[in-house]
Amino acid sequence: MLDDNHLSIKVYQKQNNSRISKLLGDTLRNLVGSHFLALQLAKRDISAQYRQSYLGMLWLFITPLATAGVWIFLNASGTITLTDTGIPYPVYAFSGTLIWSIIIEAINSPTSATNAARGIISKINFPKEALILSGIYKLCFNSMVKIILLLLFVFAFGVGFHWSLLLFPFTLLIGITVGTAIGLLITPIGLLYSDVSRLLAMGLSLLMYATPVVYVVPKTGILKTIMETNPFTALISTIRATITGQEYEYLAYFMVLGGVCFVLFFVGLVIYRVAIPIIIERLSA
Amino acid sequence: MDGEVLVKVERLSKKFCKDLKTSLWYGVKDLIGQVYGNKGNETLRPKEFWALKDINFELRRGECLGLIGHNGAGKSTLLKILNGLINPDLGKVIIRGRVGALIELGAGFNPILTGRENIYNNGAVLGFTRKEIDAKVEDIIDFSEIREFIDMPVQNYSSGMKVRLGFAVAAQMEPDVLIIDEVLAVGDIGFTTKCLNKISELTANCAVIFVSHSMPMVGKICTEAILMNIGVMRAKSNNISDVIQIYFSEFRNAKQQITSFENSTELNNVKLIGDYKEKNIQVSNYLNNIKIHYKFSTLSTSNLYIAFLVFDQNLRSITAINTINDLPILRAADNNVDGVLSFQNNFTAGKYTISLEVYELTPNKKLGKKLIHANHCTEFVSIGVGVTMYCPVIQKGNWTLIKADD
Repeated sequence: MLDDNHLSIKVYQKQNNSRISKLLGDTLRNLVGSHFLALQLAKRDISAQYRQSYLGMLWLFITPLATAGVWIFLNASGTITLTDTGIPYPVYAFSGTLIWSIIIEAINSPTSATNAARGIISKINFPKEALILSGIYKLCFNSMVKIILLLLFVFAFGVGFHWSLLLFPFTLLIGITVGTAIGLLITPIGLLYSDVSRLLAMGLSLLMYATPVVYVVPKTGILKTIMETNPFTALISTIRATITGQEYEYLAYFMVLGGVCFVLFFVGLVIYRVAIPIIIERLSA
Repeated sequence: MDGEVLVKVERLSKKFCKDLKTSLWYGVKDLIGQVYGNKGNETLRPKEFWALKDINFELRRGECLGLIGHNGAGKSTLLKILNGLINPDLGKVIIRGRVGALIELGAGFNPILTGRENIYNNGAVLGFTRKEIDAKVEDIIDFSEIREFIDMPVQNYSSGMKVRLGFAVAAQMEPDVLIIDEVLAVGDIGFTTKCLNKISELTANCAVIFVSHSMPMVGKICTEAILMNIGVMRAKSNNISDVIQIYFSEFRNAKQQITSFENSTELNNVKLIGDYKEKNIQVSNYLNNIKIHYKFSTLSTSNLYIAFLVFDQNLRSITAINTINDLPILRAADNNVDGVLSFQNNFTAGKYTISLEVYELTPNKKLGKKLIHANHCTEFVSIGVGVTMYCPVIQKGNWTLIKADD
C-alpha cells in the first residue's frame, strides 16, 4: 500500500483479515525479493562451515557412506541374505542411503534454518522466507556434491548411462520439494516444542527400515503393505530408478505425491509467514 | 514533506505469559487461531498479564520520541511491535515509509568470516541489495575506522570493533522511521560521538523512537518523551524534563553506605534542609541554594578536611565542595562537628546524590588519614534550565553587550 507521498504503509494488528490470495502474493513477492539475502546466508554458512574444517565436504557423505558400507559388508559376508536388487548391491545401497540423506536433510532444513537464525529473527525485521530459501540453496549445494559422488560410484560399478538419467534432476527436485514441504509444515510446532524434532529424528530413523533404502520391497507379507503405503518408498525407488535405468514401480504414487507436496509447499510457506510473529513472541527473551 | 504523521499507535495492548509451558501452549492455540483469522481478545487467560496496555501516540517526521522507564516497563516489547516482529493483541500500529532499526548491530555476522564478508551478510539482513553494498562498502569501511583489520575473521575483533562495523553498515540506511534501542553503550567516546552525529543527521529527516536509560541523551535528542511503567504510559509530554523527573521519583533512594576507618568517626546526620516541593523527593530549582546539615563525631584531634561530592545518576562525579579553600582550619569541638553547608544549584536537570568524605589535615595542609567515607548520604533532583546541549553544570555568567554603533 502506498500513500500520497509514495510511502509504503504498514498496519500491524491482531486481526488477520488478509485473504489467502493476498498472503500468498506477499509470500511469493518476499520469496523472490529475498533471493540475494538467501544466497548470502547460504554462502555465509557454507563457507564458514568449510573454513573451519580439514575434511570439509567429506562430512557430507560420510554418514550415508558408512551406512551403505555396513550393509554392503553384511550382505557380502553372508551375515544376512538380501533379495536380489537387479543391480550391483553396493550401487543399490549407496544410492539408497544418499538419496535418503538428501530427503532427510530437506525435511530438517526449514526448522534448522529458522532455529539457526533465532538470534536475529527476534531483533531484525527481514523477509523470513529468505531463511527457507537459504535452506533450499544449502540443500542444493550439498546434494550436488553428493550426486557427483553417486554418479562416479554408479559408473565405477558399470551400471552405465541410461537416458532416464536426464530425468534424474527433476525427480530429485520433486524429492526435495516433498521433503521441504513436510519440514515446512512441521516447523511452526517444531520451533515451539523441541519434542517434535526429537520425535521426527527417531521416527525417520525407524522409517528407513520401511523404505527400500538398503533392501527391496519384499514380495509378500506385512512389510510389503507397510512399505508400499510409505510415501518415501515411491520417492526413493523412482529417484533411484532414473539413475540405474530400472523400471518405475511407483510412478503414479510418485507423481501424485509430487503434485500434492508442491501445493503443500506454498501452503506451508503461508502458514510459516503467519506463524513467525507468534513464535518470536513465545521464544524471544 | 515535513510534519506528516509517520507513526500512529492506537490503543495498543500486548499480553505476555509468565509461565513457559503455558506460554508455549497458548502459542500453539494462537497458531491455529491465526490461520482462521482470530480477533483480539480483551480478557487475559490464566497466568497472563498485560505487557503493554492502551498505548497511544503519534509521531511526525522530524520528531523524536524518547521512551523511558525502568527495566521491564515494556519499552522493548513496544519496539518489537513497532518493528513488526510481533503482532499486538489489541489496537493497531500504522507506519508510513521505510523502518530502520538500530537494535541489534551486526546481525547476521558469522564469527569465522572476515569483516568484509560480514559487511555483505549484515547488509543483506538489513535489506540492502548486492549492488547497494558494492557501492557502499568503502564508505562502510571508512566509517568503521578498522580498514586495517577488515580482512581478519570477526571472531578476533574486540566487542567495540564489532559494534563499529555493525553501526557503519546500519548507518547506510535511509529510513523514514528510525528505531533506536540503547545501541551506543559499547564503543569508545570518539566513536560514540561519531554515531551520535550520524544519528542526528538521520533524525533530521525521519521520525525517531529512542529508548535509553541515559537521561542526558534523551534530554538532548528527544522532542517528546513517554514514561512507561509496567506496560502503561505513566507520563507523556513535550516537556522532557517533567517526564524525566517523574521517572527519577520512581526509584527508591539508594542505601547509604558508610565506611569508617579504624572506627575513628561516627556519622550522625547528613540531611538536606529547607523547603522542597515533594515529600520523598528533594527538588531544587536552578540557582536555588541547597543546604546540607551534617553532624559527626570523631576521635581525631587534628585539623579536618571535609568534602561533599556530587554524583549524577550515571555515578559520574560532577563536582566537589570542600573545606580546603573555604574553611582550612576546622577542628572537632568536644569530638563533634556540626554544621550547615550551602551551595548553589547550577546543575542541569537530573537526579544527584551526595557523598561525604572526611580526612585529617596535616600541619602543612596535606591530606592525612582518611576518617570516614559515606556514599549516598542524601540526594536531590535539579529542575535545571533549558539548554540546547547537554552538560552537567550550567554556569551563571556576567554578560556585557558592547554597542557596535557607538
